[in-house]
Amino acid sequence: MNSLIPLLVAAPLAGAALLLLGGRALDRLGHWIATALAALSFALGLALFADMLGRDAEHRAVTEQLYSWIPVDGFRADVAFQLDQLSITFVLLITGVGTLIHLYSVGYMAHDERRRRFFAYLNLFLAAMLVLVLADNYLLLYVGWEGVGLASFLLIGFWQHKPSAATAAKKAFVVNRVGDMGLSIAIMLMFVEFGSFAFQPVFATAGDASEGKLTAIGLMLLLAACGKSAQVPLQSWLGDAMEGPTPVSALIHAATMVTAGVYLIVRSGAIFNLAPDAQTAVVVVGAVTLLFGAVVGCAKDDIKKALAGSTMSQIGYMIMAAGLGPIGYAFAIMHLVTHGFFKAGMFLGAGSVMHGMNDEVNMRHYGGLRTYMPVTFATFGLGYLAIIGFPGLSGFFSKDKIIEAAFAKGGTEGWILGLCALLGAAITAFYMTRVMVLTFFGEKRWQPDADGNEPHPHESPKSMTVPMVVLAFGSVFAGGLFIYGNSFLHWLEPVTGHAEGDSPLSAWTVTGLATVCMLAGAALAWQMYGRNPVPVKAPVGSLLTRAARRDLLQDDFNHAVLVRPGSALAATLVWFDSRGLDGLVNGLAAAIGGISGRLRRIQTGYVRTYALSMFGGTLVLVASTLLMRSV
Amino acid sequence: MNPANYLYLAALLFTIGASGVLLRRNAIVLFMCVELMLNASNLALVTFSRMHGNLDGQILAFFTMVVAAAEVVVGLAIIVSIFRTRHSASVDDSNLMKL
Repeated sequence: MNSLIPLLVAAPLAGAALLLLGGRALDRLGHWIATALAALSFALGLALFADMLGRDAEHRAVTEQLYSWIPVDGFRADVAFQLDQLSITFVLLITGVGTLIHLYSVGYMAHDERRRRFFAYLNLFLAAMLVLVLADNYLLLYVGWEGVGLASFLLIGFWQHKPSAATAAKKAFVVNRVGDMGLSIAIMLMFVEFGSFAFQPVFATAGDASEGKLTAIGLMLLLAACGKSAQVPLQSWLGDAMEGPTPVSALIHAATMVTAGVYLIVRSGAIFNLAPDAQTAVVVVGAVTLLFGAVVGCAKDDIKKALAGSTMSQIGYMIMAAGLGPIGYAFAIMHLVTHGFFKAGMFLGAGSVMHGMNDEVNMRHYGGLRTYMPVTFATFGLGYLAIIGFPGLSGFFSKDKIIEAAFAKGGTEGWILGLCALLGAAITAFYMTRVMVLTFFGEKRWQPDADGNEPHPHESPKSMTVPMVVLAFGSVFAGGLFIYGNSFLHWLEPVTGHAEGDSPLSAWTVTGLATVCMLAGAALAWQMYGRNPVPVKAPVGSLLTRAARRDLLQDDFNHAVLVRPGSALAATLVWFDSRGLDGLVNGLAAAIGGISGRLRRIQTGYVRTYALSMFGGTLVLVASTLLMRSV
Repeated sequence: MNPANYLYLAALLFTIGASGVLLRRNAIVLFMCVELMLNASNLALVTFSRMHGNLDGQILAFFTMVVAAAEVVVGLAIIVSIFRTRHSASVDDSNLMKL
């Protein structure tokens, strides 16, 4: 059974290779091949999951050594896959949601002439992400990590004829490189400290290392997670990444890419548990991003960008939970899975709306779509109820657990984190209600597109609605399933461990507070957008609104703090290089050339000159010989 | 006769030859001056042989003659071919060996 593990990765990888190398011959069938291979991978995942369920908790984790990649004295890098409870959770999420997104893309990309390539990249994305979560050592994880970066670059910039898409892809790639650097440094530190970078030996001997070194490794891992998971301060790429086709956004935000950072931190729990300072950094990053993303999400009129802000904020919840240590690891992953369902569902819903509205993304030009797109409305609505934490839906349980865990951290820290999380829940309810109301309720504010065509909203084809319906089921029931008898917690406990904190508030109080916050946020949004007419053109807004529309000035900040000094430094170095170093070298060459030109004149070409010099030389020789004799 | 006189003559001949090489331009004359220098040194060698009472100098003089004969053959051939191409035996006209 274990020999099936490499096949999980091999199936989508083979799909990518086949579609990219197969050429035009596969134009007509390629997308179905890719979808079938993704589904095959999912089926394999299910089989392995069933197999794992059959064993008791201690024997569930298995390793499958494929081959030794770089065996050098003392340095040993293996291509080995580790399938444990944490990995299989990710495998099922990635391949399950991934397959649904493949299916959706069949309809969504039906009229794109480069569809085959698109599906190849989707498969590549899945394969890279699977390598990331299945690797049993950090180096192989790094391979998957970079593969994810590459696939996201290719997909965000898929419509490369649009300069904005090309720029967004570049931005995502460059910002991710900063995080990747953190991961590579962390791996090097591990190798120096532990003599290995495989999970097993590193985690087993983590206790022997000094806390300072573990903190350094933890901070570098956090930097890596910030890059991939779009956490402050490396969050700026996520909003622009919306330039990619909508299924890509769904894939990036739900199943792959942004979840990698959470995975990395939870997987490295053994290191973080021993480095409290690094953990504090993680919770701070999580809490800041949680509020940052939520505020940005409130101000965006572009439906996809509003959802992107929401993703940033929800991933902030997960990172915060992961930073809480054993109190929160399992809940971070639980929220990740439920978020995977409802965020994928909502992105696919957004794509469906755009599909019906001539690719309009401005929510101020939507309105009243609920009767025109009933399926999209229903599935999006269930996703919406799930994300704001409506009692009984999946987001309610998973987010509630994170808020409880934040309070359970204890002390002032616990209060601050818990209140941040509650505030985040209120803002989440506000911006999601805003999205919902602007899109599906109110009067029609439809605008003709650039060519003057009036939109004729219509429900999307079956291949698009079926995945949305499936994901909506997940959004509704996943949370209850996970929370029932704490099944998810017990499932992950052998890998991540679990500890109950001491919360100053009872679980029911927290749940009540969270629900009140949610209702308050939703009511405020309904008051502002549901009961009052929505202007088609965005009003100027307050200072905060204007800042939030510009992503809270993240790009201005990066530009002022990083780009401009960077360019200035580069310009100085260029000047130093061209004037200083080149000047020195060129000057030396010119001096030698000048001297040579003068010396050349000695060579007259006249025999008598040479004869004279020979004569003179002989005289000197004879004279010096005589002189030496006489002395 | 005092053998030193031969040495004075050899020095005189050598000086004449050397001056000719440095001052004259005709390749043939130049050549004859070189021969003059060679013969001056031969004279000096033979004189030294006499003065020291052994044959080393005389043997060396024979070598010089043989080498000089060979040198004349090669040198004259070069001068003739230069004259053919440049229509001049002046050494100042063959000054192309420079940049």
